[in-house]
Parts: sequence; structure tokens; C-alpha cells
Amino acid sequence: MDVKLRVWRQGGAFGAGSFKEYSAAGISPEASFLEMLDIVNEELTAAGEEPIVFDHDCREGICGTCGLMINGQPHGPQQGTATCQLHMRKFSDGETIVIEPWRAAAFPVIKDLVVDRSAFDRIVEVGGFISVATGAAPDANLIPVPRDAAEASMDAAACIGCGACVAACPNSAGQLFTAAKHGHLSLLPQGQPERLQRAQAMVDVMEKFFGSCTNHAECETACPKGISIDYIAQLNKDYVKSQVANRNLAGQK
Amino acid sequence: MTATGSKTDSATTTRRPPPWPIRFYQSDVGKKYVMAITGIVGIGFIIFHMLGNLHTFEGTHQINEYAEGLRDIGEPIAPRTFLVWIGRIGLLASLVLHVHAAFSLTIANQKARGTVGYDEKRNYLAANYASRTMIWSGVIVLLFLAFHLADLTIGVKAVNPDFTRGEVYDNLIASLERWPVFLIYVIAQGALALHIWHGAWSLFQSVGINNPRFNHWRRNFATGLASILAIGYLTVPFGIMFGIIH
Ligand code: FES
Repeated sequence: MDVKLRVWRQGGAFGAGSFKEYSAAGISPEASFLEMLDIVNEELTAAGEEPIVFDHDCREGICGTCGLMINGQPHGPQQGTATCQLHMRKFSDGETIVIEPWRAAAFPVIKDLVVDRSAFDRIVEVGGFISVATGAAPDANLIPVPRDAAEASMDAAACIGCGACVAACPNSAGQLFTAAKHGHLSLLPQGQPERLQRAQAMVDVMEKFFGSCTNHAECETACPKGISIDYIAQLNKDYVKSQVANRNLAGQK
Repeated sequence: MTATGSKTDSATTTRRPPPWPIRFYQSDVGKKYVMAITGIVGIGFIIFHMLGNLHTFEGTHQINEYAEGLRDIGEPIAPRTFLVWIGRIGLLASLVLHVHAAFSLTIANQKARGTVGYDEKRNYLAANYASRTMIWSGVIVLLFLAFHLADLTIGVKAVNPDFTRGEVYDNLIASLERWPVFLIYVIAQGALALHIWHGAWSLFQSVGINNPRFNHWRRNFATGLASILAIGYLTVPFGIMFGIIH
């Protein structure tokens, strides 16, 4: 199949960017989207041009490195997958595909389609941990965890930090990412001691970089892991509690 | 705790943090919480007002007496009009907070989007017309509120020349018989319904009322509430236009 590409090209963080048109001819419908870009890049390199720079690593949907805005949809037209798991069969022959980087003030473009997502690291730094007793390894399964809670925590932990939620949000809010990171620890018994402090610290840092959640729920549909906005409600509740709860009582249960 | 590389480094400022309600309101999550609570206050008023309007169908005497009765609430324990004024002050405070939070969040969100936006039209799957136009439906309702108060509460002569204090029924008909005014009321009700349809769902998320067992009811609740209110309010202008109220 043949497709036309309209790609955002930007030389560096401080340069101005613009769209450039490319054509990709003879692409197999079974090729992945990133493989199609690889083919285009090989041709560009052979022609002595700068290849299109895009982020990728595992190419199996688990690392969260890839992430492109494809035809106005984060990670493209297929729901529940990252860009690397998208295949060309989802597009039609002769189609023009518009490829843009994630857009948000907190995600500045580094080059072409690559953005700097380190704002996410700042959020994880302040709350993405639990206190554990060091020493001899405890027996496995020593702490009982209700099954539904374990599942809910695992669902939140599926977040690969790709940034599609921010890219999708009309407010560039980082709520779904933060809520997933807060949720997967705070839903488990091991995450309780820091729970309110975690909510407060993560939200405070999040708000230094990102917009606010006005409940469009667009992030949920963009998320390659289908993480639910239910976690956002839980984060909001824990944040309110962090402001009013008597923390002297936090040891009680 | 301070993040390295964040835009503002709070560790360098030694000022004592403000008291918690102010600190809470300074955060975006806190502002959304306040918007939800003040929104509930507003919805409460809007329901009460809509039910009161239905007295119009009972006739001149009943609606006028109902309006007068509002001023007597709390008598003889509280002085006349005392509770009505407490209510008005509470509503005004809620409105001010709601509007302030809305505008400051809108401005902050626009900043968070950065200077370069998407070129391709966004293909929204979940965000809907109501959720993306909250600020505009809100502005329409706010402008309508100013008009409505001038028209039927205060009786500004330029807006409603035939206004007579206390004659609720006659004032209503005199104003709504004018078709531009009728249109203003209908458009405002449309904006209000859209606003409540998103708001009454959104507030559950903002205050963190979330339980997968009941979550699907939140949408239904918002749809039901918005439609009942819209229909309830529109009965009066349409009643006047079709001569049922005369
Ligand atoms: S490259 Fe790892 S998730 Fe796509």
C-alpha cells in the first residue's frame, strides 16, 4: 500500500518546526507503523536527508517510549494499544497520515517527534515509593491482600508512562498518569503509611507542570492500557483527605 | 518535599504556608472540589426555583403568595426577609467562588497546553460538546442571570418597563410576551441544561465519589437532572407564548 505522510519536523528544542510531506510507497499492510517510519527513514538516509526522529524502544507495548499523535488521535486509530503495536492495515491505501509530537507545555519537543517527558519523573520522585523494612526477606504472601484490590492495583500499575493521557487532554492535565501511579501503591496495604502524603506531594508537583482535570475522560480512551478515570476520583479524594485528615490517627486501622 | 527542576522551587521560600482552606483552594484539585460543592449549591437552588415556578400554573394569587412567602421564611423566629437574605448571600458567595475557580483554571489550562497546538483536528472520543464548552455555557448562564435579575427581581425599567414590585404573575407575562425575551430565556435554558449535564456528572469525579458498582448511574443522574430542569423551566415561557398562562 502507498500512503502520504505529513510529519512535524523540528531541528531541536529551540528551533521552529514545520510540517513536511513524505510518501511511503509499497508498504506491507502487515508492517507496523514504526516499521513504516523505519522504511521511510532508510530512504531518507539513502537520499542524504535527515531521518525522522521518533522515540521507541521495546516495540511490544510495554515500555511507554513510543507515542505519536496520528491523525488527531494519540497512538493512532486503534484503541488500547501503543503506537508500536499499530499496524498499517488500520489505514487505507492512498491515505494521508498526519504525524505530530505530543503537545503540552510540560512536554517540550526535543527533536521532530520526540518530546521530553521528564515532568513525569518529577511526579514519581515525590511519591512513587513505599517504606519497607530492610533486613531478611519476609515470607511471601505475609500480608493478605483482597483479590479485587490486588486486581485494581495491577490495573493502575499497567501504566507505561507514555504520556498519551496528557497528549489527549484538552487541558494537558497529567491527572490520569498521576492517579495511576498513586493508585497502584495506595490501593495495597503496603502503600498505606505514605498514602495521604503521597497524594499531596504528587498532586502538588503535578500541578507545577500540567493543567487541571475537568473530567472530559479523553485520557481514558487514549490510554494504551485502558486505565480508568476511576483512579482520578480516588486521587482527588485522597488529596482532599490529605488536606483535612488528622494524620496523628494514620496508624489506626 | 520539593521536586528538582520544577518551575517554582518552594524550598527557597521560607514563608509560612497559608491556612489550609486557602492552601487547598490554591491547588487545582482544591479549586475543582470547590467548583463541585458550589455547583451542588447552585443545582439545589435551581431545583428549588424550578419547583417554585410551577406555582405560575396555579394562577396569579398562588404565585404572588408563594413569592411573598419566601420573604416570610423563618418567621416568627427570624425577622422577615432575614433568611432570604442569608440565602442570597450564600448563593452569591458560591457563585463568586465558582466563577473565580472556573476562570483561573481555564487560564491555567490554556497555559499548560503550550504555545504550539495540534495541527490536525482532534478526533475526540470521550470529550463531548458539553464538556468542552463549559466555560461558554457558564458565561451564557452568568449573563442570563444578570439579565434575569434586572428583568424580574429588581425590575430595572430599561429591561422591563412594566415591572411592578410584588406583582410576580403580571411581571412575568409582561416580560415574556416580548419574543426577544422569550428567545433569551429559551437559549439560556439550553446553556444551563448543557452546563448541568456535564457538571452534575463531573462533580462526582471532582469530589471522588466513585464506586464501580454505581458509576454508571452518575451519567444517568446527570442526564435525568438536566432534562427535568430544562423541561420544568421551559414550561413557563412556552406556557406564556401559547397562552396557557395569561
Ligand atoms: S516502543 Fe515500547 S511501548 Fe511502544
